[in-house]
Amino acid sequence: MSPMHEPTSEPERAPAADRANSADRSRDVIIRFRDVHKAFGKRKVLAGLDLEVHRGETFCIMGPSGCGKSVTLRHVVGLLKQDKGLVEVDGHDMSKIGRKELVELRSRMGFVFQEAALLNWLTAGANVALPLRETTKLSEAEIERKVREKLELVRVPDAYEKLPSELSGGMKKRVGLARALITDPEIILYDEPTAGLDPEISSSINHLIRELADRLHVTGLVVTHHIGCVKTVGDRVGMLDGGVLKYVSTPAEFLGSQEPRLLQFLGDRLD
Amino acid sequence: MIAGFQAFLADIGYLLELSLQVALRLGAIVRRRGLILEQLWQAGLKVVHVVLLVGLFIGMIVALQTGLELARFGQQDQIGTIVAISMCREMGPFITATILAATVGSALAAELGTMAVSEELAALEVMSIDRIALLVMPRVLALAIMCPILTVLCDTIGIVGGGFIADSQLNVGLSLYWDSVIDALQDTDFFLELPKDVYSGLLKSFVFGAIVAVISCGAGLRATAGALGVGNATRKAVRDSIIAIIVSNYFLSWLFFQA
Repeated sequence: MSPMHEPTSEPERAPAADRANSADRSRDVIIRFRDVHKAFGKRKVLAGLDLEVHRGETFCIMGPSGCGKSVTLRHVVGLLKQDKGLVEVDGHDMSKIGRKELVELRSRMGFVFQEAALLNWLTAGANVALPLRETTKLSEAEIERKVREKLELVRVPDAYEKLPSELSGGMKKRVGLARALITDPEIILYDEPTAGLDPEISSSINHLIRELADRLHVTGLVVTHHIGCVKTVGDRVGMLDGGVLKYVSTPAEFLGSQEPRLLQFLGDRLD
Repeated sequence: MIAGFQAFLADIGYLLELSLQVALRLGAIVRRRGLILEQLWQAGLKVVHVVLLVGLFIGMIVALQTGLELARFGQQDQIGTIVAISMCREMGPFITATILAATVGSALAAELGTMAVSEELAALEVMSIDRIALLVMPRVLALAIMCPILTVLCDTIGIVGGGFIADSQLNVGLSLYWDSVIDALQDTDFFLELPKDVYSGLLKSFVFGAIVAVISCGAGLRATAGALGVGNATRKAVRDSIIAIIVSNYFLSWLFFQA
């Protein structure tokens, strides 16, 4: 029988359900999308998206390529503005937010890009240090201490002096994660954190994300194609399809659902 | 046609705004000195051999072409004057800026374009890092400083090349050639107690360097659509830089010698 018909047999699922219950304890919404529309030219990407992410939970968004998952993340961080609707992050209306407020809000968010987006002319250490060097008045000694601490946290302590070109794909992702963590954010956005990685490295990244969420109590919004990622890191998950979010539930319910569209989307992945 | 004109105006507006943004960040020169020195190295020392080689041959060509015509009127002893003035006023600044546009400018556009399409610029934005101060200002300043320095080298080697041709092919002695070069570059005016042909060329070079850097950075920052977009940004940077160098050259020449 496929895993979809026996959801609780997966070792990661029971803890995910527990996590969903623990997330219930803090129900205040930190990220809210209400009837959000976004189009690029004639191509409608978001068509009335509703989404609520609660403080402290890790919410995963799945969906077919080009459905607007990354576009959704970019709205959260203010890289894109919606055509219509409301995007609210920690009480700030992102369409009306001023530059100063946006800078302050962004300092409480971390963004892990799909390809890590490390500056290739800086060492991994300098990449991680960049937000602190550019936006704080911390001493170099303090910055170095924090950078080494974060690299240790994501388990790439030896990467400090290396250039991005000398790092493997998995190490780049970890350094990108360390950079996102360097300002001790309350919200971390992950854009395909395991894309392009082999299953073993993907699994280690997923467990790292989960561990960070548990240890640091940050809110996570994860865009992913990978069921393993959803099972390991997600408290709740939804599918973005046709510009709206559907089938929002716990990973176990989501992966065990008999909804025809969901089965169609998950079919190959579950196999 | 109208859409093209609107796009052109939008382009000009964007570059003027970018120039202003760079100017507003010049106060951070000391903080960014490391990046500026790195860019001076990239913009200068890595292309100095190209500038010297091209400058040498440009001087030789000017000397040969004008020398042969002057010889018909028995005026070949004026060859030093013509080589010196044409190198310092026009050829040195123009050739140097064109070389910088083709080498350093294209590299800037490709570098920033790659950063744009690989989301590095978006990452900087998300981290609230001032990308103009970090990426653009050091490059613009470095190119604006390095272009006049390279122009001095280009002028000098071009005049030396002209002397070699004057001596070896036009039967103008080197001492006579040098005398006419020095004589030609004596003209000063109220603006600066320096040879006008030299300082006007160097001021032009400064402007050309800044123009090349702003256009190239602007093209790179706006690159989209992957490798194709980076290619387009690079092509646009070189094309627009050369056009801007030529157009601004006319107005600067008018300002120095006609106004």
